[in-house]
Amino acid sequence: MIAYLGRRLIQSALILLGVSLITFALLYLLPADPVRQIAGRSATPQTVENIRQQLGLDQPFIVQYWHYLTKLISGDLGRSYIQRSEVTELIVSRLPASLLLMVGAILCELLIGLSMGLIAAVKRGTATDQTLMVASFVGVSAPQFVVGLLLLYVFAVRLSWFPIGGYGTWRHLVLPSLTMGILGAGWYARMMRSSMIDVLRQDYVRTARAKGLARGAIIFRHALPNAILPVIAMIGIDIGIFMGGIVVVESVFGWPGIGQLAWQAIQRVDIPIIMGVTLVSAFAIVVGNLLADFIAPFIDPRIKLR
Amino acid sequence: MTSPIAPDLQATVRMPAKPRAGVWRRLVKRRLALLGLIIVAIVVAGAVLAPWLTGYDPNEQMFDGLTIEGSPLPPDAKFWLGTDLLGRDLLTRILYGARTSLIIGIVANGVALFIGTLVGVTAGYFRGWIGSALMRFTDLMMAFPALLLAICLAAVFQPSLWIVAMVIALVNWVQTARVVYTETSSLAEREFIDAERTIGAGAPRILFRHILPHLLPTIIVWGTLGISTTVLLEATLSFLGIGVQPPTASWGNIIFENQTYFQAAPWLVFFPGAAILALALAFNLIGDALRDILDPTQRGRA
Repeated sequence: MIAYLGRRLIQSALILLGVSLITFALLYLLPADPVRQIAGRSATPQTVENIRQQLGLDQPFIVQYWHYLTKLISGDLGRSYIQRSEVTELIVSRLPASLLLMVGAILCELLIGLSMGLIAAVKRGTATDQTLMVASFVGVSAPQFVVGLLLLYVFAVRLSWFPIGGYGTWRHLVLPSLTMGILGAGWYARMMRSSMIDVLRQDYVRTARAKGLARGAIIFRHALPNAILPVIAMIGIDIGIFMGGIVVVESVFGWPGIGQLAWQAIQRVDIPIIMGVTLVSAFAIVVGNLLADFIAPFIDPRIKLR
Repeated sequence: MTSPIAPDLQATVRMPAKPRAGVWRRLVKRRLALLGLIIVAIVVAGAVLAPWLTGYDPNEQMFDGLTIEGSPLPPDAKFWLGTDLLGRDLLTRILYGARTSLIIGIVANGVALFIGTLVGVTAGYFRGWIGSALMRFTDLMMAFPALLLAICLAAVFQPSLWIVAMVIALVNWVQTARVVYTETSSLAEREFIDAERTIGAGAPRILFRHILPHLLPTIIVWGTLGISTTVLLEATLSFLGIGVQPPTASWGNIIFENQTYFQAAPWLVFFPGAAILALALAFNLIGDALRDILDPTQRGRA
């Protein structure tokens, strides 16, 4: 177990190193020159060169990357080219909003997805089951920006139940969470359904039925706890999907999280911020996967870590 | 290179032929898959027949396509789905946009499938340091937030239809590689592959005659589901303005261009959005049914 843990941690660190190298290389190859952007249009070639030197952008790729790495180890992600502040600070100040959205989204997808899956499994083979499964497919196939814009139109513009965008109260949180949650709910509904069907097939459920337990008691007390655990364990893996959607959803709703930060940075070629957000996202994904792996044997003792 | 006994041996060691002939028949028997096939047929017909289905040019900005105040027209008898902010016929743009979605769906997904299969088969069959290097790289790609990577890539290269397709392919091959790798490495240990090696078959023969045919169901299923992912990714990139560039119509960039008007003219988001959803849904439905049909071990589970 300890050896496995150590190996996985080293693997994860290497993965993050790789992600940083690839992102750094990609941004290095960017045809848009960040120095020109900072200096402005009227800058003389001399000023442009000075800024380039100041930022260390005149040095070879390997040197630049090495500088970045050494600073990264102490948690320093460099300075934003345009916002004149530390990237670490910017990300830290935006993180709470994104985390809040993440909690909201996970609540939505679990609530919607698990109940859909549960009902579908219990009513397996009926029209209800079919309808729910089609609905889960629709959830998985719906582009998030369309879902977001539609929810905005119906619930904010038409019905004015929720604000059109922004951040602050729980009302602001509902529509973005729902937008993110609908995609995940589709996946969870399908996983929950198959997990529940597996459990309902098992001998102990038959025994419970044979000794005359009520249907509700069998489903909720005996089957559900066993069926729900492996599905919940997927949350770790889910973080990857979440990190992908965050850019779109935050820009549709004007949600001041790291997705919006990244999107603004991409438009202004603010490389240190793009780099920072990519690394933070990759970190979250790697940690999520690690958690999912470590939780697995506790949930299902048949799984052994190697 | 074939020894005289090889044909006989083959006959006995080859897996019994899978009943693939019936796949199509079984596919159309499933209502959801049939719905998917019908949607795909409609979209393909719309894309191919666009010039004959509509009397308008997708890029023509019409004088009577806007109100006197200059806002887009709602759906009516003349413009069935209304007009966009430049006074262009929305239905026409959606029909031509179907071409973009299908081209990207086929090209990007084809390339992704090719890379994924190549990586997966190489890593799974040859193993060794190449195999582990390839799979570690795949793990690395899994840790990338896909959309963020696509956005970075699209920003690096100036987006055009083909560049967008390549960007999507570079992001989307990872899942296929993982699945193909797992299957190939378990296939490579099976007895019939050992038998092939024993009678002196080389790697190319084993790969093309025995491994790839067995992988075909997996590739077909992932290829179908992948089109759905690809279509969604293209739409998202175009919605952010870094995908297919106007005036080329794409369902994503129609929404991108008209976003500012959507409160007053929601149909400009609704119709192209419904088109994206329908096409992605169709390929998901078909792919899911194919998985049930082609992979009996998964039946009743997913």
